[in-house]
Amino acid sequence: MDWRRFGVIALVIIILFSVVVLIGKTKDTPIVIITSLLATTIAVATPLTLGALSGIFCERSGVVNIGIEGMMLAAAFFGWLAAIYMNTIFKIAPLPSLIAGVIAAILTGGLFALLHAVLSITYKVDQIIGGTVINILAVGITGFMNRQLFFEKGSIFGGQVPHAPGVLPRIQIPFLADIPVVGRIFDQQPVTIAAILLVILSHYVLFHTRWGLRTRAVGEHPRAADTVGINVVFMRYANVIIGGLLAGLGGAYFTLESVPSFEPLLTNGRGFIALAAMIFGNWSPFGAWAAALVFGASQAFQIKLQLFREVIPSQWAFLQNAYIVGLAPYILTMLILTGIIGKTIPPAADGVPYEK
Amino acid sequence: MQKLLKIAGNTMLVPVLAVLTAMLIGAVVIFIAGGNPLYAYLGLFQGAFGSAKAWSETAVWASPYIFAGLAVALAFKGGLFNIGAEGQLALGAVVAAWIGYALPDALGISLPTIIHLPLAILLGMLAGALWAAIPGALKAYTGGHEVINTIMMNYIALNMVSFLLNGPMKDKNPNNVIARTPEIAESARIPVIFEGFRIHWGFVLALIVAVIVWWLLWKTTLGFEIRTVGANPAAAKYAGINVKRTIILTMALSGLLAGMAGAIEVSGLNYRHELGFSIGYGFDAIAIALLGKTHPLGVVLASILFAGMRNGGTRMQFLTQIPVDVISVIQALILLFVAADAIIRYIYRVRAREERLVLTRGWGG
Repeated sequence: MDWRRFGVIALVIIILFSVVVLIGKTKDTPIVIITSLLATTIAVATPLTLGALSGIFCERSGVVNIGIEGMMLAAAFFGWLAAIYMNTIFKIAPLPSLIAGVIAAILTGGLFALLHAVLSITYKVDQIIGGTVINILAVGITGFMNRQLFFEKGSIFGGQVPHAPGVLPRIQIPFLADIPVVGRIFDQQPVTIAAILLVILSHYVLFHTRWGLRTRAVGEHPRAADTVGINVVFMRYANVIIGGLLAGLGGAYFTLESVPSFEPLLTNGRGFIALAAMIFGNWSPFGAWAAALVFGASQAFQIKLQLFREVIPSQWAFLQNAYIVGLAPYILTMLILTGIIGKTIPPAADGVPYEK
Repeated sequence: MQKLLKIAGNTMLVPVLAVLTAMLIGAVVIFIAGGNPLYAYLGLFQGAFGSAKAWSETAVWASPYIFAGLAVALAFKGGLFNIGAEGQLALGAVVAAWIGYALPDALGISLPTIIHLPLAILLGMLAGALWAAIPGALKAYTGGHEVINTIMMNYIALNMVSFLLNGPMKDKNPNNVIARTPEIAESARIPVIFEGFRIHWGFVLALIVAVIVWWLLWKTTLGFEIRTVGANPAAAKYAGINVKRTIILTMALSGLLAGMAGAIEVSGLNYRHELGFSIGYGFDAIAIALLGKTHPLGVVLASILFAGMRNGGTRMQFLTQIPVDVISVIQALILLFVAADAIIRYIYRVRAREERLVLTRGWGG
């Protein structure tokens, strides 16, 4: 991660925030607007951060994973389903139900990742195809089960969606959250906080432990790693599954932390944007997090502009249109992939099955 | 002839076994969901191929599948993964719809079918081609991977179409509350083949286009270049093929076909563009291209199979109360077993006869 790229990231965020401050200055003070923008940015970047970390573990070990979108979608559904089951059928209190939901989401991600590992490592299926299979399978299974369980006559919930046990409660970080105004940034929900801790942990694991060294070795030069006695197949399996668990936690964000409901296709491409964040971050956790924050900022920008709709000056009327402002993350992703903001280098053996 | 049959038998063995295995697992899913699998599959077959009307409806479903499947298959031949068929299809449809309902008024004249209809389809195709050429050019000149770029372009297309159908292009009829265009003029519609059935000449056109794609890929210099770049870009460059140009052209041709899928769906079936009709076609097209082994004939057969399943699913749901969404699960399983043909070969002890499909070596960068 070079400084030029961090500079670009900072610049984009500053521009986005400035526009909102200029528009909203008649309604709120700049400090309040910036604080709330930052808080939203950090929160909405969560699934992107976790998705990118998922991609980093997979690809650092040499397995391309475009199935993160599907893993998050499936995890979002099964996590939500588990929480509802616990709460409605087994009459367990909301908080334990939600925690069970998060665990179910994480395990769902791991299970789908196991499938990806079997396909791409054992059967050496083209990894992009394998990922696509995961994505299509996730759409099919969640769509079918959603309909079967909630909307059919005679289904277990009697043809209606039961009330979900709410969302995960906010955790106020001691001292920091007590600062007036700015404290709002440190008032976040558990998955978001976990994502940030996992960025730090992933960095430590990948670059300061034996496990990380071995992971990177099988991703850069599997034959050399094999020669010195590293089990390439095991390392790849383990890292793909770790990636799946992380994507599963990312899925939990959607239905257990953000909103207490599920709708088909709710991930809306964020699994793919996470991959772009991973690439822009040069396959490093901190870089990917910074990139995820840019996407988070463009989403926060969109959300805030909707709130300030009526005070948008008429010459900037296009900013009132959610469809136009909503394009920002997608165009940003494509710009990043062109490499005009600096080329990145993937792990050398990324996407290549290992033949002994 | 015997040799030809043998080759066809060998190529089709794995896809056929994959379909059977997926149906078998699907039967278990239906059973767990509380339905009778035999009854369900009987309904599925009846609904898909049980009557003249069923055949007609299956052909109606198959038409966009064939175009979109060919689009993805052609890109695969050129070593490119076009996940963006959905967006290209949506744009083709929106352009065809606009030409269909607005052009006569904009020009102030009424157009004869012989001009109006081809114009709508051609411009729809062109929209798809241009949309796909962008990720093609990005791939050729910057190395930006087409997988992510085509997906991003899907979302951009969807946003643009949502904007148009909710705003400038919305059906102004006071009774209308949904995001859709007005109906296209009679002169921009593809006629039906048989009176009383919905099957239209777009299906025949799809079959003709499949032959053209086959001819293009295996009988022309451009086709040779596309396949060579797909098989080995380095060798293609060494042989004097303009790799960058070929990549952009391949994507454009792929988008052309996807755009055609959308245009045909508007002018042959829906007679307007209603928001959201395109959703799901992109993934279905990928599954069809892979099931058809990226060969035009295979794509046609796979399209008819998928179309039959979608069409028959309604009858199945009526008979057994199993949601039609179970079809998506079965289709995903088909794709799984086609992609991981090693699993099928292992279960049924079939020996490998062909090389594996390799599309990616990482992100290229």
